[in-house]
Amino acid sequence: MSIVLSNISKKFGQFSALDHIDLEIPEGELVALLGPSGCGKTTLLRIIAGLERPDDGKVLLSGEDKTDHDVRKRGIGFVFQHYALFRHMTVFDNVAFGLRVKPTKTRPSEAIIRKNVHDLLNLVQLDWLHDRFPDQLSGGQRQRIALARALAVEPKVLLLDEPFGALDASVRKELRLWLRHLHNELNVTTIFVTHDQEEAMEVASQIVVLNHGKIEQKGTPTQIYDEPKNDFVSQFIGHTNVFHLENDGDTWLKGSSIVLDNTDGITAHVRPHHIGVEKLDENASSPISLKDWQHLGATIRLELTNDEFKGTAKVIYAEMPSDQFKQSRLKKGDKVALFIRQAHWFNLEKPHVPEAATNF
Amino acid sequence: MSQSQIMPGFKPALGYTLVYLSLVVLIPLSTLVFNSFQLSWEDYVAIITHKRIIASFQVSFGSALIAAAVASFFGLVIAWVLVRYSFTGQKLSDALIDLPFALPTAVAGIVLATIFQPGGFLGNLLLEGFGIQVAFKPLGIVVALIFISIPFVVRTIEPVLLEFDTSMEEAAASMGASRLQIFTKIIFPNIFPALLTGFALSFARGVGEYGSVIFIAGNLPYVSEIVPLLIVTKLEQYDMEGATAIALTMLVISFAMLLVINLLQHWVRKRSGQ
Repeated sequence: MSIVLSNISKKFGQFSALDHIDLEIPEGELVALLGPSGCGKTTLLRIIAGLERPDDGKVLLSGEDKTDHDVRKRGIGFVFQHYALFRHMTVFDNVAFGLRVKPTKTRPSEAIIRKNVHDLLNLVQLDWLHDRFPDQLSGGQRQRIALARALAVEPKVLLLDEPFGALDASVRKELRLWLRHLHNELNVTTIFVTHDQEEAMEVASQIVVLNHGKIEQKGTPTQIYDEPKNDFVSQFIGHTNVFHLENDGDTWLKGSSIVLDNTDGITAHVRPHHIGVEKLDENASSPISLKDWQHLGATIRLELTNDEFKGTAKVIYAEMPSDQFKQSRLKKGDKVALFIRQAHWFNLEKPHVPEAATNF
Repeated sequence: MSQSQIMPGFKPALGYTLVYLSLVVLIPLSTLVFNSFQLSWEDYVAIITHKRIIASFQVSFGSALIAAAVASFFGLVIAWVLVRYSFTGQKLSDALIDLPFALPTAVAGIVLATIFQPGGFLGNLLLEGFGIQVAFKPLGIVVALIFISIPFVVRTIEPVLLEFDTSMEEAAASMGASRLQIFTKIIFPNIFPALLTGFALSFARGVGEYGSVIFIAGNLPYVSEIVPLLIVTKLEQYDMEGATAIALTMLVISFAMLLVINLLQHWVRKRSGQ
């Protein structure tokens, strides 16, 4: 089922949670609503579900205006952040709930319900837990049961609110891939909310980046990462070095021998892996030296300091493959030369730094 | 308790608890039991099976059960309204709930008797309109007991409703459940254990209630005489054995009924995996 949101606005008191949102999601996509906390992503998801009413605007599902339809009549499946499993029911009864509350005319027989529920539990690989209660399950298991329960009513859209937020790192990684595979299998239009850019990149086919109730950018993970539309997106997705060239300390970037593709802006964002680092002689005149480095697995993160400058370029982060790092024989305190291969330039009055941006 | 405990002071705490329980609860109650040993079994049975006594037991336990049931229903509604909606005067209403706790029960009894007596404001209305007389009838006892037991129910259900995860309701709605289905299948099963606790507390309070009841009951032998009143009557007649026998019987029945309610509660919780 395709989803069209047109001109959606929502206020909570004075706070504007969503500000004239227009968004189209074609059928079968796996979309991430990504943004820092308080950006309105969960509100948007709840409006699509019908759990929240927009102050203004329309929600079209499969081309039909469903703005005034209750959540009961939208044919959606919703997975809550903290799962919202019915704690007084067994896993089986939880999953069967959606089928058992159907009106008598459309309710399947108990035998069919039984079969469907076991099929769903097998799909999420947890049929062996069918007679347990939610309190007896681990977080990852609860999440999968919540998903099975949402799928039981055969929704045309699956909505997930921070689906992996409450799980520990290893389970989260596993479930991300699992959700992606499940989506490929079921091909139900799926939207999930997350504040974790890695999660969005890894799982989604389309990412919608939200900030302050507005859509900053929409596109595939590749588009979002390689062609960020503004400094917010650039900083929020992945790691980046931010240089403000109006700052005296950073003018070296423009004037230096560093090759930059263009310089039409006052703020340059440079991804760590777009910075090449070369070891220099001890006697060389470079002001940049290797202060520290960290092993991140396949890559090595280099922390470079620039003693002569006071601006944002005082500390520069670069990354290189660990093999290359070994060959280069770099060690702490070495003088280095930098080569910036690519930068994104933004013209900004006032740079705004996102709350949840992970700047190392 | 050979395992080392995280919290220190298990032994002094247990000791304190036992001493306290003994002084305040166990010793007085066991005195009751020991005192009753002065009676022979035959005498005991003779006292207990007296028609007037049996009638009073029926009145006491019957009206306490009915009152607890009614109070549970209304208490649930009140708690629901206080937790789920916001309206002007909410804090004031919330404070009013506790009033029956604070009011001397005799005052409550006199007030209830005054308004529910045939000449009283509500008593007149009910008598003229529906032909129902409340005061000086068993119904009056039930009314007085409802009055004093409502706060028990409200205060036991309120925290559970406050804590209730409303996303469970949203989840049920997203799967197409109607409002009624959400209440009967999701909300009610989750607050049922608390409701049972409220019921048990109301019932226990109702069985032992004296002050508010005697003014409105009319205290007619065989009709509207409660057990505590009979105990007081026996004591006034210096019939210590009689009073002890009745009190002991009351203790045993109350204990048995509370035990049953607790077992029921345990069963409900276990069935729902809590």
